[in-house]
This record gives sequence, structure tokens and C-alpha cells, in this order.
Amino acid sequence: MSAPTQAPAPPVAVQPSRSRPTPEISWSRGDKIGVAMAWGAGILLCLIAGSIVAYMLFRGIQYLDLSLLFSHPQVGLDQSKTGGFLDPIEGTVLLTVLGTLIAAPVGVGIAVWLSEYGRPSWLARTVESGVEIVAGTPSIVLAIFGLLVFQQSFFGFLSFTAEGNAVFGRSFFTAGAIMSLIALPLVVGATREALQAIPAHVREASYALGKDRISTIRRVLLPASQRGIGTGVTLGMGRIVGDTAIVVVLLGASLQIEPENGTPVWGLLKGTGSTLTTYVYNNSPVGEGNAPEKAYAAAFVLLVIVIFLNFVVDLIARRKEPSWTR
Amino acid sequence: MDPLSPLDGGTDPMREPMTVAAQLPPPVRRIVVETPPTAVSPPPPGSNGHSPHAMVAPSLRRMPRAQTTPIERMRTEALSIAYGEKLAVNQVSLSIRQGEVLALIGPSGCGKTTLLRSLNRLVDLTPGAIRGGRILLDGEDVDSFDVTLLRRRVGMLFQQPNPFPMSIFDNVAYGLRERGSKKPSRRQLETPVIEALHRAGLFEEVKDNLDHPALALSGGQQQRLCIARSLAIQPEVLLLDEPCSALDPISTQVIEETIVSLRTEIAIVIVTHNLQQAQRVADHVAFMYLGDLIEYGEAERVFGSPVAERTREYVSGGFG
Ligand SMILES: Nc1ncnc2c1ncn2[C@@H]1O[C@H](COP(=O)(O)OP(=O)(O)OP(=O)(O)O)[C@@H](O)[C@H]1O
Ligand SMILES: [Mg+2]
Repeated sequence: MSAPTQAPAPPVAVQPSRSRPTPEISWSRGDKIGVAMAWGAGILLCLIAGSIVAYMLFRGIQYLDLSLLFSHPQVGLDQSKTGGFLDPIEGTVLLTVLGTLIAAPVGVGIAVWLSEYGRPSWLARTVESGVEIVAGTPSIVLAIFGLLVFQQSFFGFLSFTAEGNAVFGRSFFTAGAIMSLIALPLVVGATREALQAIPAHVREASYALGKDRISTIRRVLLPASQRGIGTGVTLGMGRIVGDTAIVVVLLGASLQIEPENGTPVWGLLKGTGSTLTTYVYNNSPVGEGNAPEKAYAAAFVLLVIVIFLNFVVDLIARRKEPSWTR
Repeated sequence: MDPLSPLDGGTDPMREPMTVAAQLPPPVRRIVVETPPTAVSPPPPGSNGHSPHAMVAPSLRRMPRAQTTPIERMRTEALSIAYGEKLAVNQVSLSIRQGEVLALIGPSGCGKTTLLRSLNRLVDLTPGAIRGGRILLDGEDVDSFDVTLLRRRVGMLFQQPNPFPMSIFDNVAYGLRERGSKKPSRRQLETPVIEALHRAGLFEEVKDNLDHPALALSGGQQQRLCIARSLAIQPEVLLLDEPCSALDPISTQVIEETIVSLRTEIAIVIVTHNLQQAQRVADHVAFMYLGDLIEYGEAERVFGSPVAERTREYVSGGFG
């Protein structure tokens, strides 16, 4: 029970120097320790990030040979005969494009529905938690689940079918589809946030001009959310580029890209391959390829791609966004 | 415009709730929404922040205006609107005429915005809002209209300028596009767009940058752009909800002049907390209090010799 006798003095009375710069703040000891720890943690993180980049730069430049980027990987016992990693680079690009092509429109669609319609509300809540669950599921679990689904004969047209009708379930298609799931929550989140930052009166201004919901979304809300959408999609691409588990389980992680015989593009998408992440894993000392120098070189390329994507996110975030008074 | 008379522009009341009560007019929406409506008493004398000088300010004079013969375009008949249990507008019957400006005044939370938003059926979008009574546009019930068609005929301007994130040209052309099955070309749109910008008094300032983003304009220019955007689709009624409360005195004056000049072709309703503004632009005034229409009449009469006690208190609280 607090004694009601002494009401605290109104704070207004003791702040005559409101416009002047704040005088010295006296910090308690606990605050000082807390600040010091936060400061130290920040510095430590910078050191770690810096040493990763520096080490990979050092290793990468040491082992990276431009010819590695343009030659196919080969099977060989001797490190000098195992070729380059052109196929993994192509695989990374192809898989990222596929995953993004699925995740971006689906993610934006979900975000628009949640933010602009969201009815019935039980369905909106269910969709919301669905997105959260997907976001929280480890990619290896998603991958195994994907394999289970895509090995059904119903999905046979998406991957290689062996004699005796056993569906392989592994292809750029199936890997791309599951990859889109790990990018999806980021697209949904960023788009939704951008939509919700648009004040209600902006939507109403469009309705007041006789526009319906659809054209308001298309002509006003989505253009105003470009920055958020761009950020979400780029972050999602970063996730896809960096994922290993899905590639191992669903892309086959074959050394070279192995298109299925038949039509060129369709065959390629039905075929298997690998990405930089699985290439690094396989050639690292723990993998089977045993070409650590090439693993370092490939890891360096991977790091460059990821840093580039981060840079793009930064660039988008710096763009001026339309702002209204609420 | 007299620099001594504080207009309701300049400061956003939402941002400085502490000082507002002392120095500025009272449209502090957030505070009112949070307190029970019965707590909203008519402002005591002086609390509106109008300095005593305002009494003699020339800005109290009515703006010069052309003679018109008003024609009734819209009317409400026993209009009531409730948000769930809460009655926001109670049995209001009003006539809105082309050829004159109708000012809706009253303390914060008395239902002005609600009434205004019901006229173009924007309240229909608020979940839980219920409407009773009738609203007629040219004798026809607004519920019988296709809502998009109704909103083309009854335009609206908001308190905060809200241009769309596109070029100045595209903002004004926004309402004209996607009308029919085939898209009008830019050349076809040019004439109506430029005309609308002229009527909103903005053309001279933007004629060389029609392709610049609209959100790069100043607040006052943005608000005039929003007027142009509404005018482009040739509305017959224009609803303005505190259109100048976020603007500087000069922009306010330009917009007031535009309003007065438009009234010959368009029936205009303006909600304002600035009684001086109401006096400058309005031909008729409606005073609302806690959802009821207390007094309605010619502007000079309502301000000069109000009949109802409430009106007298409110109006005198405003200027001495
Ligand atoms: N969306 C809403 N949901 C529930 N109640 C609402 C809603 N909008 C307004 N109200 C209530 O209806 C009443 C009238 O509100 P309204 O916005 O029409 O007042 P106003 O006269 O425009 O006030 P102000 O001058 O502050 O803008 C208020 O008591 C308000 O609390
Ligand atoms: Mg209002």
C-alpha cells in the first residue's frame, strides 16, 4: 500500500530549463554497467563481422581464380582437377529467381488481403498464425515436408520420374517452391507494415473520388508501399541464397546441373543441381569433395552476393517514402 | 489577412496537446475521443485562443461574393448516425444549396465530421456505424445510387492534405482515369487537368513541373492539389472537413477565395473550428452540439443574434 499523503510534485514545476540543452545526466551504477555491456556487445559484434569479412576476403582472394567462376565442377581426387563452380553459381541464381517469383506475388497478395480486407477475422487470424508458423519452422523441416509432398505421383510432372513410376521429388521446381516459403514471411511482414503506415484518410480520399477498393490498392496503396515490398523481397532473396538444407534435400545437390532430357527450359527446371551453399559444404573439410581451397573461394563469392543484397536493402530503405500526416 | 488574428493553421494540435488548450483553437480530436462526450462543455470565453484584437480584425469581414440564387441540391431528413451504441448525429434535417456555402460549426465531438461523411456515404465504411433517416441528392435517396457514382457527384476534401504518391498531373487525372472501358490518353486529359488546377488556384505555381511528385509540394499546395483533384471530376457538391486547419494563413486565404468563387457552380459544406473563417466564407451556418442541430440560419443572423443559448455561448466564446 502506498501512502496517499505525499503526492508527487507536478513535474512541470521543476523544469524551467526546457529549451536549454539537458544538463549532465546522473546515471545510476546499474545503468552504467548496462550501458557498458551494451556498448561492449556492439563492439564485439562489429569485430566478429569484420573478421568474417576480412578472413573470407583473405582466403577468397588467395584461392579465387576467375576461371573457377566459368568452369564446370568435375569429379576428381586431386583438388586441381575438380574444376570450378559455374554450376553452383547458376543454381543459386536460378533457385533464387524461382523462389522469389513465387514468394513476391503470393506474399504481397497475402499482405494486401490481411491489411485491406482481413475478413472474416477468424480467417485473417488463421492466415496470420500460418505465416508465423512458416517463419518459425527450420528450413530442413520444410524441406522434408516438401519431399513428402512432391514425391506424390500427383506432382510427378514437377520432377524426374524413374521407371516403375517412383517420383523423385527433387528438382529446381520443387526446391524453388519450398524456398519461396522461407522468403514469404519476410515479404508479407514488410509489405503489411508498409500498408499499415498509410493513413486511413489516404484510402478514403481515393474512395471519395469514386474509386473502388481494387483500384485504390493498385493505383495508390501498392505504389506507396514499394519501399516495403522491395525490402521484404530482397531480404527474402538473401534467405534463399543462404539456405542449405532445402538444396540438399530437394535439389539433389548434384555436382553439375543435370537437366532432364526433353524440352530445354522445362527440362532444366525439372532437373537437379546444386548451389554455392551446398558446394561449400561438400568441398569443405567435412564434406566429401575435399577441396577446401575451392570451398573458401566459393564461400567468398557467396558472401559477396549476400553483402550485395544487404546493400540493396540499404539502398531501398534510404529512398524517400511518401509521408502523410496522420 | 490580419497577422494579429490567429488562424487555425500553423500548428498541428495533435502534436502539442499541452499548449493547445492555452493558445490555440480547440480541435484536439484525440483528447475528445478519449473523454466522455458529456465532458465537452462549450468553451469558456477566451479558451478558443482568439486574442481580443480578433474582435476588430478585418479578417472578420465577409469575403466579397457574387449574387446567386441558391438551388437546393442535397437535404437530410431526420438523419441520425450511431457508432454502435453511441449516437453521434441525432435527427438532423438540413438543406445544402448550390450558390451558397454552408458552414458546420460546433464543439469538438459534436458530430460534424460524422454528418459530413454520411453525405457521400463514407461512414458506410466504418464498421458498426448505423444510419437512420434519409439523405437526398436532387430528390433521390443516396442509397439508391451506385456508391462510386454518388462519390463522383459529392466530392470531399480532408483535414490533412493527402495527395497520392504520383505526379501532380496524375493526381488530378486520377479520378478521370479508368472511367469507361477505354483509357483516355494524356492529351485528352490535359485540358480538364489544367482547368482543374486553374480553378484550385494552383496552376501558375506548378505549370512547369506537372510531372514532379505531388508529395514534394508544400502543405498548402498539396491541399489545393487535392481540391483540383476533386474538381477534375466535376462534383456537384463539395464537402470540406476542416480543410485549412493544417495550413498557413496565406494558403488558407487562397483556399477560402477558391471556396467562395466555386459556390456558384457547386454546393459547398465546410466544417470549421475557426469561427472567423466561418464568418468570412459562409452564407448559412449550422451549429451542432452533442449530435443535435441547435441552430441553422443565415451566417450574419447566427453570428449576430443567435437564438439558442448554446449558440450564443459558443459563438461569443469565439470572439469576445
Ligand atoms: N469511428 C468511430 N467509432 C466510434 N465512435 C466514433 C467514430 N467516429 C466518431 N465517433 C464518435 O462520434 C462523435 C462525433 O464525432 P465526429 O468526429 O463526428 O465529431 P466532430 O464534430 O467532427 O469533432 P471534431 O471537431 O473534433 O472533428 C464523437 O463522440 C466520437 O467519439
Ligand atoms: Mg471532425
